[in-house]
Amino acid sequence: MVAAIAVGIGAYMTIINVDYVMSSNPIPHRSDVLFHVEVDSWQPNKAYYEPDHPPEQVTYMDGIALLEAGKARRQVLSYKTGRVLEPQGEGERPFELESRSTSADFFAMFDTPFVYGGGWDKSADDNEEYVVVISKEINERLFGGENSVGQTLVMNGDPYRVSGVMDTWQPMPKFYDVNNGPFEEVEEVFLPLSVAIANEFGSYGNTSCWKAPEGGWEGRLASECIWLQFWVELHSENERQEYLAFLEAYVETQKAVGRFPRPTNNRLNNVMEWMEYQEVVAEDVGVLKGLSLLFLVVCLLNTIGLLLAKVTRQVGDISLRRALGASRRDVFSQYIVEAGVIGLAGGLLGVAMTWLGLQGIKSLYGELEFISRLVAMDWPVIFAAIVLAIIAALAAALYPTWKASGVHPASQLKAL
Amino acid sequence: MELGPIWRALMRNKTSYVLIALQIAVTMAIMVNAIGIVQERSQQMARPSGVDEENIFYLSSVVFDPDVDREALISEDLDAIRNFPGVRNAILSNTVPLRGGGWSEGITLEPDPDLESTGVAIYFTDEHGIDTFGVDLIAGRNFEPTEVDWHDFDSDAWPPLAIVTRAMAEELFPDTPLNDVPGKTVYIHDTKPVTIIGITARMQAAWNSWSGVERSMLVPVKRATSGVRYVIRAEAGYRDEIMPQIEEMLASSSGDRIVRNMKTMEETRQRSYLEDSSMVKLLLFIVTVLTSITGLGIVGLASFSVARRTKQIGTRRALGATRPAILRYFMLENFVISTVGVIGGAIIAIGINMWMIEAFGLQRIAWYLIPAAMVTLWLVGQLAVYGPARRATMVSPALATRSV
Repeated sequence: MVAAIAVGIGAYMTIINVDYVMSSNPIPHRSDVLFHVEVDSWQPNKAYYEPDHPPEQVTYMDGIALLEAGKARRQVLSYKTGRVLEPQGEGERPFELESRSTSADFFAMFDTPFVYGGGWDKSADDNEEYVVVISKEINERLFGGENSVGQTLVMNGDPYRVSGVMDTWQPMPKFYDVNNGPFEEVEEVFLPLSVAIANEFGSYGNTSCWKAPEGGWEGRLASECIWLQFWVELHSENERQEYLAFLEAYVETQKAVGRFPRPTNNRLNNVMEWMEYQEVVAEDVGVLKGLSLLFLVVCLLNTIGLLLAKVTRQVGDISLRRALGASRRDVFSQYIVEAGVIGLAGGLLGVAMTWLGLQGIKSLYGELEFISRLVAMDWPVIFAAIVLAIIAALAAALYPTWKASGVHPASQLKAL
Repeated sequence: MELGPIWRALMRNKTSYVLIALQIAVTMAIMVNAIGIVQERSQQMARPSGVDEENIFYLSSVVFDPDVDREALISEDLDAIRNFPGVRNAILSNTVPLRGGGWSEGITLEPDPDLESTGVAIYFTDEHGIDTFGVDLIAGRNFEPTEVDWHDFDSDAWPPLAIVTRAMAEELFPDTPLNDVPGKTVYIHDTKPVTIIGITARMQAAWNSWSGVERSMLVPVKRATSGVRYVIRAEAGYRDEIMPQIEEMLASSSGDRIVRNMKTMEETRQRSYLEDSSMVKLLLFIVTVLTSITGLGIVGLASFSVARRTKQIGTRRALGATRPAILRYFMLENFVISTVGVIGGAIIAIGINMWMIEAFGLQRIAWYLIPAAMVTLWLVGQLAVYGPARRATMVSPALATRSV
C-alpha cells in the first residue's frame, strides 16, 4: 500500500515539479509592471501567426522610434548577438561570448543583481560609449573574481570599460527573449545597443522578414524585418491605456507613410500573460501531467482495494472490539489514523521517488543544457508531495473505513 | 458454463471487483493513449533526412579579424579539407538537415506580392553540394562551378538558379510531371526570378517539427561571413578518425579563428529528436510500471478472495468438483471482471484521446490499439490470477468438513 501510494505520488510529483518550474514566474516582484510590446507591422495578406497574431519582435525602425519617444516609465530595446573575447594573457585562445546589445534601462527594469558596479546610463547610450556588463563567471575567468569595474577588456579588437559585474541571474523562463528557447542561459556580456548598431553587430537570434531587405546594414535597419525585443515599464492600468493610445497614434503616423498595411493590432502583455501566450510550457508536459494523474488514480484504486481486503480480513477483530465496547467512532478513527500513517509513509517514500523520477528525466534529456535547471526539487514540491500523499491515502481509506465502522458488534463472533 | 453463478457471486461482493475493473479500465486508457503517442513519435523519428547521415559531420569556423580576405581563406580551407585523406567531399553551407537553425524563404509562382508563398528551407552550397550531402538528383542537372557566386553578409542579391526537393517541386507544380519541372521559373522575395534546374529525391529542412520539413532548396551561393560552417562527408568508415584531425588542421591554420561546434549528423539527429525519443522512453516506462501495478492488484485481490472462500472451495471439491473446474472458476471470474474493465477502458481511452486531440493537437489513435490493449489486459489478468487460482485447486475437499 505504501509502495503503491509512493509510486503514484512519485510519478505525479515528478511531472508537476517540471511543470511548476516551467510555468513559474521568472520575476515575481515586477511581473505586473513589465509589458512586452507588439505592433503589427506584418504583411497585408497573412497574419504573422494565424489567425491574427502580430509579430513577436519589432523592426529596428519601430523599436528605435518607440525607445526614443520614451513614453513609458522605462523602456528597453535589445537583441542577442555574439562577440569574440581576446584575453590579454599569453597563450590564451580567444573565445566567443553570448552577448546582448541593449539600451540602458535593461538592468533597472529587470532588476538584475550586481556583485560590483552596475549598468550604464542613458548618456552612455547616446554617446556610443564602449561599456560592458559582464557575468560573474566571465569576471572570474578574466579578472580572477576581483572588482573589475573600470578595467578594460577587448572584444573583436575593441576595448570596453567594465561598468558592472552581474551576480548569478537566471530567470526561468528567460522571459525577456524567448525566441531562442525559453530556458536558455542568460547572456554573458551586455553592451550598449548604440555601439552594436553603429558597428553592425549581427543578430544571433531569430530574424523574420516579409519583404526582402535592401542590401547592407543600412538596408537591414530600414527593413521590415523583425529581430529586436521591446519591453516597457508601466505602473497602472491607466498608464497601460495611455501607452496603448500612444502606440495607436504611432501606428497611424506609420500608416500615413505607407507602412503597417494590416489593421491596427497593438498588444501589451505583462510577463505572465506573455509567457502563457508564448506557450513556454512544453506540450509533452501537459500530456504527461494528464497521464501521470491517471497513474496516481490507478495507484489509489489499488490502495482502496488493498485496504478493503484488509478490513474484510479483520472483520472478526472489529466486531470483537465493538462487542467489547468500542464505539463506531473508535473503529473509524483507528482506520483513519492508520490510513494517515500509510499516507505519510507513502509521501516520504514518494518524495524519494520524485527525486528518482527527476534524476531519470535528467538522464533522459541530459543533452539539453537547461534541463538541470528544470529538475531541481523545490521545498514547496516536497511539501506538496507529502500533503498530497496523506490526502490521497485518507481519500482511499474513506470507503474501507466506513465499511469497517459499520461492522455490527458480535456479527462475526459466532464464527470464531 | 459457470458464468451465471460467477456473475451472481460477483454481484454479491461488488466493491472490490468494481475497483479492479476500474483499475483495469484506467490502465487500459493510459496504455492505449501512451502507445498511440509512442507510435506517432516513432513514425516521425523514422523519417529519413535524405542525406548520408552516417558519414557527414560539420563544424563552424569563426574568423573575427575584419582585415582577413575571407573568400580566399574559405577557398583555402575547402581545398585543404577536400584533399584531406579520408574526406570524400566538403562544402561551405549555412546548415544541415535537423540542426534546428536555418534559413527559410517564401516562393511564389508569379512576381506578385499578393500571392500566398510556399515556405522552403534554403541551403547555400556550390557544385559539390549534391555529392557532399549525398542526395540523389532525380531530374535535371547539378550546378556548374561558374554558376556559383560569392555573397557578402548583407548582400540582397539572389542567384537565378536552384535545385529543389521532390516535395517542393510537387508542392509548386502539382500537375506537372517531375521531369518537366526543371526549366520552370519561380519567384523569391516576390520579385527575383529563380529557375529550377534540378530535383533531388529528398532532403529535409533544419526543423523536424515544421509541416514543410520535406521542402528544401539548394542555392549556388558561398556566403563569406565571419562565422562559416563547413559540411564534410567522409569516406565510409573514416569519419571518427578524421574529425579531430580536420578540427586540428583548421584551428592551427590561422591563429585568429575559433573552430567549434563540431558535430556528426548522427548526433544532430539524436539531438533533434531528443524530446521525442525521451517521451517514447518515458511513456513505455509508465505503461510497463502501470501494467505491473494493475497485475499485482489482481494477484492481491485474487489471493484474498481465494483465502476467503477456502471453505466454499473445499465444499465444492467435496461435492465432486474437479481441480480444473476450480481453476476454471477463478480464471473465468477474472475474465468477467477484465471484460467489464476493458470495455470501460475502451470508452475512457477514446474519451481521453478526444481530449488530447482537442487540447494538444495529437493524432487520433489507430483503431487496432484498442483491441490490442484489450487482449493484453485480458492476458495480464489471466496470468495474474493463475497463481492464486492454482492455490485454490490445492484446497483439500476434507476442509469442508472442518469447523462447520
